[in-house]
Amino acid sequence: MRRLSWLVPTFYILFLMLPIYWLLNMSFKTTNEILGTFTLWPQDFTLDNYRTIFTDPTWYTGYINSLIYVTMNTVLSVCVALPAAYAFSRYRFLGDKHLFFWLLTNRMAPPAVFALPFFQLYSAVGLFDTHIAVALAHTLFNIPLAVWILEGFMSGVPKELDETAYIDGHSFWSFFLKIFVPTIAAGIGVAAFFCFMFSWVELLLAKTLTAVDAKPIAATMTRTASTSGYELGLLAAAGSLTIVPGAFVIYFVRNYIAKGFALGRV
Amino acid sequence: MNKTINNAAWIFVIPVVALVAFNAIIPLMTVVNYSVQETFGDNVFFWHGVGWFQDVLESRRFHDSLLRQLGFTFTILFIEVPLGVAIALAMPRKGPWVSVCLVLMALPLLIPWNVVGAMWNIFALPDIGLLGRGLNALGFDYNFTRQPGDAWFTLIAMDVWHWTSLVVLLAYAGLVSIPDAYYQAAKIDGAKPLAIFRFIQLPKLKRVLTIAVLLRFMDSFMIYTEPFVLTGGGPGNSTTLLSIDLVKIALGQFDLGPAAAMSLIYFLIILLLSWIFYTLMMRNEAQ
Repeated sequence: MRRLSWLVPTFYILFLMLPIYWLLNMSFKTTNEILGTFTLWPQDFTLDNYRTIFTDPTWYTGYINSLIYVTMNTVLSVCVALPAAYAFSRYRFLGDKHLFFWLLTNRMAPPAVFALPFFQLYSAVGLFDTHIAVALAHTLFNIPLAVWILEGFMSGVPKELDETAYIDGHSFWSFFLKIFVPTIAAGIGVAAFFCFMFSWVELLLAKTLTAVDAKPIAATMTRTASTSGYELGLLAAAGSLTIVPGAFVIYFVRNYIAKGFALGRV
Repeated sequence: MNKTINNAAWIFVIPVVALVAFNAIIPLMTVVNYSVQETFGDNVFFWHGVGWFQDVLESRRFHDSLLRQLGFTFTILFIEVPLGVAIALAMPRKGPWVSVCLVLMALPLLIPWNVVGAMWNIFALPDIGLLGRGLNALGFDYNFTRQPGDAWFTLIAMDVWHWTSLVVLLAYAGLVSIPDAYYQAAKIDGAKPLAIFRFIQLPKLKRVLTIAVLLRFMDSFMIYTEPFVLTGGGPGNSTTLLSIDLVKIALGQFDLGPAAAMSLIYFLIILLLSWIFYTLMMRNEAQ
């Protein structure tokens, strides 16, 4: 039985790849072929869909916008979460448990609840339709997540490390930046990966907070789908391209993904 | 770890608190504000008390979407958790294939949610999709845009496709952390595979599975984009889950009062769940 067990993950991966294959397949077809015939692979192989995306600014600026606010959000979330996670993992202070739980509840807040008030809030402070607005809005669920993951990783580092450093004459910041941060580099990588991931895949808030200048690729896709009828090939090509950044970052954290999902607590 | 008591540590958490408070408290207060007021337009509001809450709690519509939501959440949990554990058990423990498996399995998790919906829409369309065409060719009368049963099947298949990997990754991480000595001891005792699973692997998996179950529970409770793109809540209202219904009321009909009241009830349900989650996890940690 053990010898046949490789079949299970193989079939599972096959199941995972099928819809992705279908999307790729569509992206290389012409609209006529998609709607007119049913073919398992492109008969009339074309790169036109991709060409449109890379030459039409309404398409490619969508990718640039998404990458800008995702990067801003990741940097912001991790930088702010680092000292906070350190405080939670090393000290006990007034209201620490309540605060930790309150942070956690924001990870659980359904974006649908916040869509309308966010729109009003960011319009009121004049940030509507900017990258900063989306980056800030996404910190709502990314900061709690980053704090959580980093706290898990930091709790795995023995406290003796801190104490030895102080005895050696390091000041707090010199210890924190030169010794502690390199020690938990893997944890920071994982936290950054998760911030990237959740900011990249979220659409509802990103769509609500933008109109033209900072419109994410995901919103460009939904709008094209509804306005110009059935441009399925184009839609499929745009969808296929959104998989690329994810696949790229997964490769770098492949050995830590599981630990990250377990919030650094395996 | 025994922690030092130090109230000055608050300085480290101030930036986080400030940012999250800006994003959480102000919008939440807006929602609370709307939930107790009535308006006839022109930005004139007056006090309505708990009327909206009563309306929402008594409305058929809310009960129906809550029931659909619970049905959806429990169905995917019953499929994803055992399936995820089974796949994790069958995965190789060492060698080059481990990385290949992990990368390929994690791929669905990083696809934007609307693309997941669009991808499954294209995949399942009865005339041009592989799944739809295939099922019809096999003799099933399958059309997820017309038949509620098929829409549910597609929705659940999509979620299983999208999130089972999360359970697999967590369970795998838990399994890898079991020291070899445990298995050797079991071998000496002549334990059967089932006994190994029941008495060695399952207890070790308890912690990661708690995280997996509750993460899936909460995330599936807030699911919006994927079903919205896949079915738009239809046919009829058959796949209108809580979030979709909420957005319909708030942004579609602009009924701010009922939408706000519903938001708060919805949020309280999730809050209760996360409290249970937190307590369970902290108890695990304390052990």
